Amino acid sequence: MSSLPPILAKPVDIAPIWLVERVARLIFDRVMKAHPDLFERLDIYRQTRFGFSPTDLPLHFTVLPAARSLTVSRGQPPLADARIEGPLALLLGLLEGRCDADALFFSRDLSVIGDMEAMLALRNALDDSAIDLPRELGALAGPLSPLVSRVARNIRTRALEGRDATWN
Amino acid sequence: MELICPAGTPAAFREALEAGADAIYCGFRDETNARNFPGLNFSREELRQSIALARGRRVQTFVALNTFMRAGDEALWYRAADDAVALGADALILADFGLMAYVAENYPQQRLHVSVQASASNPDAVRFLVETFGAKRVVLPRVLTVQDIARLTRQIDCEVEVFAFGGLCVMAEGRCSLSSYATGKSPNMNGVCSPASHVRYRQDAADLVSELGAYTINRFGPGEASGYPTLCKGRFEVGDVEAYAFEDPVSLDVIDQIDALRAAGVSALKIEGRQRGKAYVAEVVSSLKKALGATPSERAALVARLRAMSEGQRTTTGAYDKRWR
Repeated sequence: MSSLPPILAKPVDIAPIWLVERVARLIFDRVMKAHPDLFERLDIYRQTRFGFSPTDLPLHFTVLPAARSLTVSRGQPPLADARIEGPLALLLGLLEGRCDADALFFSRDLSVIGDMEAMLALRNALDDSAIDLPRELGALAGPLSPLVSRVARNIRTRALEGRDATWN
Repeated sequence: MELICPAGTPAAFREALEAGADAIYCGFRDETNARNFPGLNFSREELRQSIALARGRRVQTFVALNTFMRAGDEALWYRAADDAVALGADALILADFGLMAYVAENYPQQRLHVSVQASASNPDAVRFLVETFGAKRVVLPRVLTVQDIARLTRQIDCEVEVFAFGGLCVMAEGRCSLSSYATGKSPNMNGVCSPASHVRYRQDAADLVSELGAYTINRFGPGEASGYPTLCKGRFEVGDVEAYAFEDPVSLDVIDQIDALRAAGVSALKIEGRQRGKAYVAEVVSSLKKALGATPSERAALVARLRAMSEGQRTTTGAYDKRWR
């Protein structure tokens, strides 16, 4: 498990960067607005430039929380103070707090380089924020909201099969 | 036996509640607690809300003020104790004798638990803490066998809590200065063991190398399960041998000893892991809750998947049945 299925990876792979970035920014803006506690818990580390590099997609996401900026790039990873690499499904599982970061690190599914203190603060802030990506995606889909949320939940369930915790 | 569960954030606290905790322990966002990591822990308001939530479910909240007061800065610890009492903590988990004295004198009705960090491991030490500060419970350091624990409980007038699952320290809790030696900060004084600010990981060809301050801690080969970058879990060259000089990167798991611990007079089982995410809390608490009500043969299957949550993806019974080299 964990690698993105080709049926999902291919469209993202060939999509123009501006389109991927626009969708990612919409979700990012929505998450930041809906979870101000995330910002507060990040404290001084909101000034950190975080890099996220899915190992199953030729894309890199760079986030600077203080500037509320998100950029997407291809090729070599851009400069970041702290970077995390791993399969996209697990990175998103971490974003939602559905996977235990330490366990994924022990199993070598994830790797982290750079400012560990900042990355730890981000991990803890995200873990407390109860982000639900299918709900956030659904909210962007207007009248198609229930359908998009349901499809996204199904994808999440399959992608994280056996990896997410018993969820209460 | 009670199940005492960790919470590093309000979200983890709610998970522990849902998963069946009898009590949840947590701490403030400062040096008064031994898990003083960035982005972790509770504000006063978050603790107030969490205690109210737990009380509605008849679950207790313990507040860990389990570091040692720094001379000249005692006010930080006194204020934390004042606030925890005012917010309605069911017990304070304390390590510093000075702080125990402060709480015993100012809040004689407040339930006081002796932290594992106090390293009270014999009848004389525990009796002293009970008689002097009115301690109601002692959390035993992970240095005793089950037989040792049974002998101890017969000689003291105090509840006994022991660690059942989670991270494992070297056998010098409250007295370990390895982190301080390498970084200037320690769990005892600053609430951080191997602070993240001093940790670096780098790839060296196919190997993952972990570093703490100026020290290389370990080198993990491709696919080899990794551990925390603490000196005590480091792999070093000693003489002609390259090995784990202090202890292997493994987690504690004594679920198969539940019946023996109960028979030994243990009142509560503690799960380590306030620094872990809510997924860990949900998984471990629910598994152990089921294990407490299961037969011995059912327990192995219940906790088998917890091994994936463990450091180095391995577990040990540690000192409880003392079989190490």
